[in-house]
Amino acid sequence: MATTETMTLNMGPQHPSTHGVLRLVLELDGEVIVKVTPHIGFLHRGVEKLAEHRTYHQILPLTDRLDYLAPMSNNLGYILAVEKLMAVEVPERAETIRIIMAELTRLESHLVWLACHALDIGAMTVFIYAFRERETVMETYELISGARMTSNFFRVGGLSQDVPEEFVKKVSDFIDSMPGYLDQYEGLLTTNPIWLKRTVGNGVISADDAIDIGITGPALRGSGVDWDLRRDNPYSGYDKYQFKVPVGENCDTFDRYKVRLVEMREACKIVRQALDKLKPGPVLADCPQVCYPPKENVYNSIEGLIHHFKIASEGFYAPEGEVYQGVEAPKGELGFYLVSDGGNKPERMRIRPPSFVNLQAIEKMSVGSMIADLVAVIGTLDIVLGEIDR
Amino acid sequence: MGVDNPLGDNVITTSLDALVNWSRKSSIWPMTFGLACCAIEMMATGASHNDLDRFGIIFRASPRQSDCIIIAGTVTKKMLPVIKTVYEQMPEPKWVIAMGACACSGGIFDTYSVVQGIDEALPVDVYIPGCPPRPEALLFGLMKLQDKIMKERNSFGSAIGLGQRYIPEAA
Repeated sequence: MATTETMTLNMGPQHPSTHGVLRLVLELDGEVIVKVTPHIGFLHRGVEKLAEHRTYHQILPLTDRLDYLAPMSNNLGYILAVEKLMAVEVPERAETIRIIMAELTRLESHLVWLACHALDIGAMTVFIYAFRERETVMETYELISGARMTSNFFRVGGLSQDVPEEFVKKVSDFIDSMPGYLDQYEGLLTTNPIWLKRTVGNGVISADDAIDIGITGPALRGSGVDWDLRRDNPYSGYDKYQFKVPVGENCDTFDRYKVRLVEMREACKIVRQALDKLKPGPVLADCPQVCYPPKENVYNSIEGLIHHFKIASEGFYAPEGEVYQGVEAPKGELGFYLVSDGGNKPERMRIRPPSFVNLQAIEKMSVGSMIADLVAVIGTLDIVLGEIDR
Repeated sequence: MGVDNPLGDNVITTSLDALVNWSRKSSIWPMTFGLACCAIEMMATGASHNDLDRFGIIFRASPRQSDCIIIAGTVTKKMLPVIKTVYEQMPEPKWVIAMGACACSGGIFDTYSVVQGIDEALPVDVYIPGCPPRPEALLFGLMKLQDKIMKERNSFGSAIGLGQRYIPEAA
């Protein structure tokens, strides 16, 4: 009597389409996937532990390197949590610039997602196009913060400095041309028969399952759940902006692709509204216990220098308590949970990374499909390992 | 079509070593092996704006086909055995580039889980500082590697089994 047994196949951590150092152990029946077991931790850098030994200001550079495709969103989530803990009011100009940068970051993250997702499925041209536009966002980062990726631009209470004059024109030109670029991508993909064959009906997850697992972000909205923290739990003044939250219907990879593309168009609209709102004014809260002093004070007066030195070396002491702040990062709900024991360093910082939670859906999405479809599922989940392993 | 008789009536004399070195430096094929943030800048270097292809640098997904490994990102203790395996699978001659602060020295992650520089395990040829380095910095690092390859001696001899490749002390 002939017996059959499943084959175990190792995928990663060195694999061109696992988006970093993810390792998947697959159980295969022929080419059909029976079981997927993700193995994570290949990029575990101990960010949460490091944070326990740094002052609140010093933690900020660590958050840049969590989801390195969306550094400003990570900064925003952390900064908002600290501001909640310290009850700091942020000036309007700083909030507006934060929103502009958070939305540009969303564009950038989605561009890299689109590039890699398309490249994994075999559409090389989109990769080249998307990285062309990403370069403009990187130039904007560099313009305001001096760094291309790890910007470290936000500060508790506002921004590290005001934006230069060219900023408004640069961003304005970019978001004017972005819809045209998005049309280009859509022209290459949306009606492309190969793209449709690879994405329609692939990686289906029902809305109930998605909610059970705890998926957030475009992956959840692709399953038809209308949930966006920017609208449903507004932070940083998002309630003053008009934007649509796109949702999918068929819960598959193609719908998640469409949701993300519409999100990119909406991000352009939010940036436009924010640019119109941008008024001159201070970019740092007047809260000397917490915030850095303005640079002209530091360079011109001994009191300012002492103040700067104190904030930079000793930091500030947070009241006892705990806060949680979630933001709608490009990949989903990014949450920072801070526990303070009254010291100048958090007693515990816990990060709720969207990719980590979304990765759990991989089994539901891929069991029963072909091994080649798994690459599309990894792409559509838009995971980033820096955030999963922390 | 093509270039007709580019040398005229002249001939070029060169050494076999120089010919081998020139071929090697003009087709460095690195591994597609991203670890962390630097991998995104490595991708950006390979994409439209900076375009690594003009240097003959084409990313290969298999270690068997590549002759350079760019360690782009934080190396953790869990990842190190994997990197060693991949490195050992690459055929000679092979070069290592440590891209970014983490690969050079551990960077800001001085923790229990992070290897403090890939040079603890692999022989690094070029170190590129930065967190992450700009694409221009990676390009410069790759050009430095090309310079280094051009200085190698006995490249031809070692390829046919006579002695070892080496870089003269003075170079």
